[in-house]
Amino acid sequence: MIPVWRDVLFWVCAVLAVVTGIAVFRVDSMARATFALLASFVFAAGTVMLLDLPYLGVLVILMMIMEMVVMAVFMIMYMMNPAGLMPMTMVHNPKGSLAIAVGTFVLLATGVLLVPWPSSQAPKPEDPTMQLGEALMGDKMLVMIVLGLALFATMVATVVLATHRGRYDRYGDRLERKRPQDPSRGGLGR
Amino acid sequence: MVEQTPWWGGLLLPLVLVVFALAAASFDSVLAAKAAGAPRDFARPLRSAAGLLVQQRRGTLAADSLLWRAGGVALLIAAVLASAATPLGDWVVGDMSVGVVWFNAMEVVAWAAVWLVGWGANSAFGLVAGYRFVAQGLAYELPHMFALITAAVGAGSLRIGDIVAAQDGLWFVVWMPVAFVVYLLSVLGMAFFRPFDQATGADAAGGVLAELSGVDRLVFVAGRWLLLVSGAAMAVPLFLGGGHGPLLPGWTWSLVKTAAVLALLVWAGRRFPTIRVDRLQEIAWMVLIPATLLQALFVSVVVVWG
Repeated sequence: MIPVWRDVLFWVCAVLAVVTGIAVFRVDSMARATFALLASFVFAAGTVMLLDLPYLGVLVILMMIMEMVVMAVFMIMYMMNPAGLMPMTMVHNPKGSLAIAVGTFVLLATGVLLVPWPSSQAPKPEDPTMQLGEALMGDKMLVMIVLGLALFATMVATVVLATHRGRYDRYGDRLERKRPQDPSRGGLGR
Repeated sequence: MVEQTPWWGGLLLPLVLVVFALAAASFDSVLAAKAAGAPRDFARPLRSAAGLLVQQRRGTLAADSLLWRAGGVALLIAAVLASAATPLGDWVVGDMSVGVVWFNAMEVVAWAAVWLVGWGANSAFGLVAGYRFVAQGLAYELPHMFALITAAVGAGSLRIGDIVAAQDGLWFVVWMPVAFVVYLLSVLGMAFFRPFDQATGADAAGGVLAELSGVDRLVFVAGRWLLLVSGAAMAVPLFLGGGHGPLLPGWTWSLVKTAAVLALLVWAGRRFPTIRVDRLQEIAWMVLIPATLLQALFVSVVVVWG
């Protein structure tokens, strides 16, 4: 790609990511706030793709769409007004949070500009996705396996704790029923 | 062997998809007419589209028009972009090194799009149906991803061109039949097409379609058909050998195979009754996910030791 276009695309993505990020706190509906945040993530993914990291960029888009849709469901569910259809605000303690947000942004931006970033003379890898996979899965394989197990155990534990009806509700106190008794029929074997 | 087309390939892609979508909709209407004992009606999709174009938009009280319209437009655009990675014979619009992930990311847009269209109308039926689709997404998406991963593992690459090249001798459908079937099921699910059409179910007055009218409805329904076409077209390079085939040139084989997969999906939609989302949820997690995991394990073992 011509370097000029790269610059143009970067600035378009960067500015829109910040603008939609600000919109999250300016809109008056939870649905709009959620999808403004999604737009912000998608534009951020655009800048990642400009770094020739297509796998990470596309993955950010993929994961963020799924996450934001699920988040919209939960955010609207937990809102204090019925069904989240009434106007709302995302901001609490406006002055304090604004000061913290601007302070953090200035701090990080100054850091980005002041840090002497290393420049590498090494040629770009043929396939950065492969290199990333080897970096993560090569000598860190044990860590990744343990992490995976821990995450999986957490998920199972959360579901077990959160489930409304366990097997004793479904199959009886002595697990004597052949077929589970469920409030709604359907699915497997019923 | 799969090569990127010049820039105008991107302009041709939507046209090809629209032709396929119209043909599929026409076939669907013929099947419907046959089931009803009515005379065959090839032109119904075109007539409906023309009717929607001139229809005046209906509004609802306190609708979130921005999100409502954004949902339909996002579905349409994502359906076309999903096919950017799909090769037609030897040509592909975007020869991406992560084509499989790109396709996956674009069809996941349907989650957001359908929920937004359901939400935007400020109608109870639309809202219920939007949530139904998110639940359906949680059912079909994991088996779908495992099916995609299985094809990528078989070729050892996320590039669609490499996956096609790996099927030079043996099509993936032969040794990944489970992944292929699950993929087709999930395509029907992601396009909320019958029998997974509870998001537009008659039991909820049309669901997300309940309040959609005029151009908005046309955009959304067209997006749904294009998504179905995109999904069917991607089954060809992933499992059916892409443009590989005797005698005929590659692009003809791609078209023929895509048409066959699409016809099968539309026929299945007319053949089977709607499956409730909660029922699908249990089937997906208890049957489809373990089945696709075993399929992925089998393919991984073959790739490592084969």
